[in-house]
Amino acid sequence: MTTPLAEVASSPSTLRAFLHGLPGVDRVGADARAAMLGTRSIKTTAKKQAIDLAIGMVDLTTLEGADTPGKIRAMCAKAVRPDPADASVPPVAAVCVYPDLVATAVEALAGSGVKVASVATSFPSGRSSLEVKVAETSLAVAAGASEIDMVIDRGAFLAGDYLKVYEEIVATKHACADAHLKVILETGELATYDNVRRASWLAMIAGADFIKTSTGKVSPAATLPVTLVMLEAVRDFMAATGRKVGVKPAGGIRTTKDAIKYLVLVNETAGPDWLHADWFRLGASSLLNDLLMQRQKMATGRYAGPDYFTLD
Amino acid sequence: MFEYAPAPESRDIVDIRPSYGLFINGEWVEPQSEARHKTVNPATEEVLAEVAWAGEADVDRAVQAAAKAFPVWSAMPGAERAKYLFRIARLIQERARELAVLETLDNGKPIRESRDVDLPLVAAHFFYYAGWADKLAYAGFGPDPRPLGVAGQVIPWNFPLLMLAWKIAPALACGNTVVLKPAETTPLTALAFADICRQADLPPGVVNIVTGAGETGAALVNHPGVDKVAFTGSTEVGRLIARSLAGTRKKLTLELGGKAANIVFEDAPLDQAVEGVVNGIFFNQGHVCCAGSRLLVQESIAADLLEALKRRLGTMRLGDPLDKNTDIGAINSAEQLAKIRELSEAGEAEGAERWSPACPIPDRGYWFPPTVFTGVAQSHRIAREEIFGPVLSVLTFRTPAEAVEKANNTPYGLSAGVWTEKGSLMLWTASRLRAGVVWSNTFNRFDPTSPFGGYKESGYGREGGRHGLEGYLAL
Repeated sequence: MTTPLAEVASSPSTLRAFLHGLPGVDRVGADARAAMLGTRSIKTTAKKQAIDLAIGMVDLTTLEGADTPGKIRAMCAKAVRPDPADASVPPVAAVCVYPDLVATAVEALAGSGVKVASVATSFPSGRSSLEVKVAETSLAVAAGASEIDMVIDRGAFLAGDYLKVYEEIVATKHACADAHLKVILETGELATYDNVRRASWLAMIAGADFIKTSTGKVSPAATLPVTLVMLEAVRDFMAATGRKVGVKPAGGIRTTKDAIKYLVLVNETAGPDWLHADWFRLGASSLLNDLLMQRQKMATGRYAGPDYFTLD
Repeated sequence: MFEYAPAPESRDIVDIRPSYGLFINGEWVEPQSEARHKTVNPATEEVLAEVAWAGEADVDRAVQAAAKAFPVWSAMPGAERAKYLFRIARLIQERARELAVLETLDNGKPIRESRDVDLPLVAAHFFYYAGWADKLAYAGFGPDPRPLGVAGQVIPWNFPLLMLAWKIAPALACGNTVVLKPAETTPLTALAFADICRQADLPPGVVNIVTGAGETGAALVNHPGVDKVAFTGSTEVGRLIARSLAGTRKKLTLELGGKAANIVFEDAPLDQAVEGVVNGIFFNQGHVCCAGSRLLVQESIAADLLEALKRRLGTMRLGDPLDKNTDIGAINSAEQLAKIRELSEAGEAEGAERWSPACPIPDRGYWFPPTVFTGVAQSHRIAREEIFGPVLSVLTFRTPAEAVEKANNTPYGLSAGVWTEKGSLMLWTASRLRAGVVWSNTFNRFDPTSPFGGYKESGYGREGGRHGLEGYLAL
């Protein structure tokens, strides 16, 4: 990396000094700012625009032990054509599945433009050896995944072994080849906003294309203030290095109202340049139907019952 | 581009009468004075209503009504007075949306602030002091603290209903009766409050509201029947009042101007400090006596902080105060706008560098863009005089001692802010600042339980909290 940051990972101490030298985050202030942006009133034309934007940013996700090829194929159909009754609804950005189901998803989505993302690196805990994590990444990429959602080793991070986390991200990025790398920080386990900021910078320095809040398996998952801190990080990283990194809140975003709050946060923190599926994603599953329901309500003035939207 | 569509709060909820009399002895009465004044919406210059300007005879009538009500009200058990205050608090909550819209129409402040800051605090203030009414014997002012009598209260236009609450709630809780004069440019929420007093069945004469300008206020504070004067407003008028009350038996509290320093140390949480600076000076268009109008930033991070501040100001939304997404509303009056302009021009003339974000200004109404002056010296007028508008003066310092020295080097002493992640530095700084309120990693946060008031030319006496009772009790 030809940036002023190229040297910070040259030793554990330089990396630590850099991360601990980042400005702190005041929790009360960050919460207040996120809450204030949550009061923005997005109505009429702006709401219409936001709903379509949000649909196009969804990473439609299923990460269950009970996932089957049939379930994946059904979800892929939904991803391409979210509302069978309305062709004007845009497709989602990607589907997100476990590595062994990537091939199924790739086949189901061939030619659709919807990307296939795979979690990897011993998702969700990340508790395995680097060899296994790299091998899993390579297999997912070989199966056709164009995006990899890796988890960081939170244990190493909390133990202060930042270089281990860094090296794992670098190795995974290498295994990704052309696939985009999303680095899941699992902010619910990092607990403090200072840690979220440090982990964001650590991931970006190591080559992340996206930083992502959560696996969805830990509570709390994505929150507005955590996403605010991450958006500040990508904004500042861009200013420092010229490289643009995306952000993906995931988990717990269930309603259109929630999704719109995230878009406002992006708009007024990182800026409108980030309001594109290339730079902002929403990791979600049930959110999509609420977006469709609100979209239809905007168009017809009426709410249809939940049975008028497909459950896939 | 993600453009927010207009999201105006409906004004249908408010019912503004074409003209208002005075609220005396629980009734609307026609004034003897013939002077009347139009109150306008500063965002559009549209006339909202015509209000009476009370003369000496009208003020006398109001003070007499209050004096007549005093024996009944002060003799009432505290728990009974509390019931009225709780009832008023609940009525304010029930009518919060209406009062917020009315406040925004008459004052020009964004609905987001009147809805999310002013009204919740107004209700909280009445709830809080309702709780004190039957506990005065345990407040630390002796076993049987007595009320003073009739309180003459004069309030400013920047937080019309909130300042009314700060004045009326503790006065009534302690057993006083009041005559309140709202500011001439923002009388409407006080008049709506009169209606709430009637709804709450408050005994007649306990709260009287007389509208008018400076002469009405002078008649009120100089009335011999007034036992206590409470004033919030400019230092200039506060001086006049102090002078005219000197040697009388009247008890006086003054909450006056400010020129607060917001001190940002190099280890501050940068993004939150930027928010705090913005909230410190651009909240309520800077019409805040405790506004953080002087940013003192450590020189080592000054460039970074200013860059972040300017970027943040680029996202501020100035315009229709009733739009729920508006961050900066209208300046309250043409007079105030002229004053802000005059001082800003003086800032430029004295050599400070002026900056504002690209910001379209509506054609009608009174507006001033968020403005930052850099390269400001302590000797510049914009660093010394209260501007009372959305104008920030940025100064730098090198060491904590220099920050404290500069922060205290002002005739005022109402508030200050300190931003650092280092607890020991926070305490070191806060203990040396001569200001009534020192905010730690935040700014412009208010709570009814927390006393508020000034040092030096920012006034004397405290409002809010247990301390706020003192000004309304005979000790």
